[in-house]
Amino acid sequence: MRANHSIEPERYELLAGPSYSFELDRREFFQFLGAGILVLSLTEISADAQQAKAEEVGAWLHIGEDGSIRAFTGKAEVGQNTRTALVQGIAEELRVAPESVTLLMADTDHVPFDAGTFGSRSMPDMLPKVRRAAATAREILIDRAAELLKVDRANLVAADGRVGEATSGRSLTYGELAKDQTLLRTARTDQGALTPASDWKVMGRVLPKVNGRDFVTGRHRYASDMKLEGMLHGKVVRPPCFGATLVKADTSAAERLPGVTVVREGNFLAVAAPDSATAAEAAAALKAEWNTTEQPSEHELFKLLKERAEARTNSTKGSIEEGFAAADHKFSATYTVAYIAHAPLEPRAALASWENGKLTVWTGTQRPFGVRRELAEAFHIPESRVRVIVPDTASGYGGKHTGEAALEAARLAKEAGKPVKLVWTREEEFTWAYFRPAGVIEVASGVKKDGTLTAWEFHNYNSGASGIATLYEAPHQRVHYHRSQSPLRQGSYRALAATANHFAREVHMDEIAHALGKDPLEFRLQNLTNPRLRTVFERAAEAFHWGKRKPGAGRGFGMGGGYEKGGYVATFAEVSADSGLKQVRVERVVIAFECGAVVNPDMLRNQVEGAVIQGLGGALTEAIHFENGKILNPRFSRYRVPRFRDVPVIESVLVNRPDLPPAGAGETPIVGIAPAISNAIFQAVGVRLRSLPMLPESIQS
Amino acid sequence: MADPRPERVRSLHINGRAVTIDVRGDRTLLSVLREDLDLTGAKYGCGEGQCGACTVLVDGAPVRSCVMPVRAVRNKRITTIEGLEQDGKLHPVQQAFLDYGAFQCAFCTSGMIMAATALLNKKPNPSESEIRASLDGNLCRCGTYPRIIAAVKAAGKALRHES
Ligand code: FES
Ligand code: FES
Repeated sequence: MRANHSIEPERYELLAGPSYSFELDRREFFQFLGAGILVLSLTEISADAQQAKAEEVGAWLHIGEDGSIRAFTGKAEVGQNTRTALVQGIAEELRVAPESVTLLMADTDHVPFDAGTFGSRSMPDMLPKVRRAAATAREILIDRAAELLKVDRANLVAADGRVGEATSGRSLTYGELAKDQTLLRTARTDQGALTPASDWKVMGRVLPKVNGRDFVTGRHRYASDMKLEGMLHGKVVRPPCFGATLVKADTSAAERLPGVTVVREGNFLAVAAPDSATAAEAAAALKAEWNTTEQPSEHELFKLLKERAEARTNSTKGSIEEGFAAADHKFSATYTVAYIAHAPLEPRAALASWENGKLTVWTGTQRPFGVRRELAEAFHIPESRVRVIVPDTASGYGGKHTGEAALEAARLAKEAGKPVKLVWTREEEFTWAYFRPAGVIEVASGVKKDGTLTAWEFHNYNSGASGIATLYEAPHQRVHYHRSQSPLRQGSYRALAATANHFAREVHMDEIAHALGKDPLEFRLQNLTNPRLRTVFERAAEAFHWGKRKPGAGRGFGMGGGYEKGGYVATFAEVSADSGLKQVRVERVVIAFECGAVVNPDMLRNQVEGAVIQGLGGALTEAIHFENGKILNPRFSRYRVPRFRDVPVIESVLVNRPDLPPAGAGETPIVGIAPAISNAIFQAVGVRLRSLPMLPESIQS
Repeated sequence: MADPRPERVRSLHINGRAVTIDVRGDRTLLSVLREDLDLTGAKYGCGEGQCGACTVLVDGAPVRSCVMPVRAVRNKRITTIEGLEQDGKLHPVQQAFLDYGAFQCAFCTSGMIMAATALLNKKPNPSESEIRASLDGNLCRCGTYPRIIAAVKAAGKALRHES
């Protein structure tokens, strides 16, 4: 079973896995890569290289006659520095400097299939694959050297791109060893060949972003920066609201403009022009008439989500009735979360080009193969005639799984017979992308006088099931996720619904602790046996000096924590607030995070801090407002994301577990910040905030 | 409304060189840089002056090129991220961003570097709150703000040593 086939239920925007299957052609491989040594890392443990199906290959690595080291993966770089982490792993196993490794990512013609860069799977899935390929290549090189130098392989060591014998000083370069070879092997599937964490020289250390220089010089080309000879600029004419259909369009004025192509098909109305100014002019000149119907509005959102709900997953433990009967105190509360937008700084963008019936698209997406399939289906052509290339992309946060811009650019390019680039405006990105689901969460609990949980009932309407299970020991539980019909298009977000579920759970835990007059940390630990979660709570508490300091007037301390996707997190926050909640500031955050072995501590810290800061937005100010199928605040001046002035002092405690495989860190660190802030505000001013965002009114630009 | 007989701009002074163009004066500086001159280091992030991704320097001052009509900068000195590096040597601000890993996806990076360069030119030793205040109009959605602050401080130090 491939791990990345298990797609969580709330990734609504995702399609199923690949439908193709073809034999790998060894000759083709070497034609493309040149002679040398090629190692395939298979996802299916038992398969062998000569018979492997394309979809079973996770990554491949080639050592050329010139000593070049090239690795290929279907993962995309979307700002999490996956490229750097994978290069570190390869360099470690091959005993070379990271600079000598080239990693080709996310080009569907040249890399193995991959379901997508999401779910924090790059580190647990792809890192071991490229490491195993590199380690296997190293062993092959040593075997070759033993043969050529006629020495015992046990005396040979690989280092700095050579295999040599220490005693005699004789050595051969990797290039010499790969010369005249067309050797195809599968990577070892056991851990045996992998360098243990205690011997790491490249992994486990700070390595700056491998292609960082291209970014600080502005040289790197994101999809929105690409250019082809004779390229046109595309622009889509959007309907006035969701659910509208195109009735009529007068395209004559637009078509009279020089070099303009107009496409009208179904509800798709768009133009392409030699420059973006003409494209904008042409789009404005199109007179379109839309048929609109009444659409839901924000004021009825939570009511709607509950009305349209159906039970979906259903997990129970013990008997909830018994649990409540055994309780001395019972609590219940409702929590809500708003729709929010990913708002990646780079909006969706694509450049599409048709040549001899083959479509090539450069686009920023987390799912190159998924987008290839979307394109193949949309144009009724085989996937083999579509190539999707993802230049290192300006972040997705779960928001770039789909290929809207790719489809639009490709449709225009087909009509125009020229390459077309299409870059969404910020307003389009805020309106026509998908949102993090809104949701209603109802929690009821029962505790004994001494603080022992007896009952835990948890209903999530619409927002999703990720992170819904509690790690606190309640003997009687009922935990339901109710799927609903969302009025807005919704999809993945960093950590999915884990943010909403942790918010409700961790605020509720705080409410119980306060009602019982117990210390919130003690109360949690009293009901917690999971050692990894206990550790992060304890480490964060220590760094925060929890219990050693009292908050001053108008200040409060709070915490939130939990587990998701192999990572354990505890976040403590100090806030200052006034009673009217006009001036709320998060002053200080301590976050302890553990996700197994640390591969690159600096980048892990970067991810952890970034998650905290991004989480401030969803916690405090970010909300999509909508009425009758229209987004009311599709711009940064009306949708308040965290800025410099909002940034607290952040201290991150990285708990390293070299004995455990590394898990991803792009998502989980976000889940603790919102409840920590809510709980701290309660301590500061006695107001309990149960809705995200907590301060929706504080939109100032 | 588009100007019926828009005035045209035929040359600009960018990164120390005069460049010849022929564009409508009401176009934004950002679109001219990116589309006509293929200087794509300045990014489009919002088009309303809210994110700073498009920041360039005009006579040394940071400017949101997405809301700046190109006719307004006709006789001025424009510096973009592409013009900072000198003879293959990174500008101290670029070097500091690299050293401090002050980015993730790096889409905000050019704008941040330009805004920080303008700040340090004016004030070589800014306090942390001055850095925050002067960069507040630049968004980083990946949340790398603390690193950017550290990088700007380090760059300031490097610049002070240089001069
Ligand atoms: S693109 Fe100019 S400020 Fe955002
Ligand atoms: S690094 Fe991604 S927006 Fe700043």
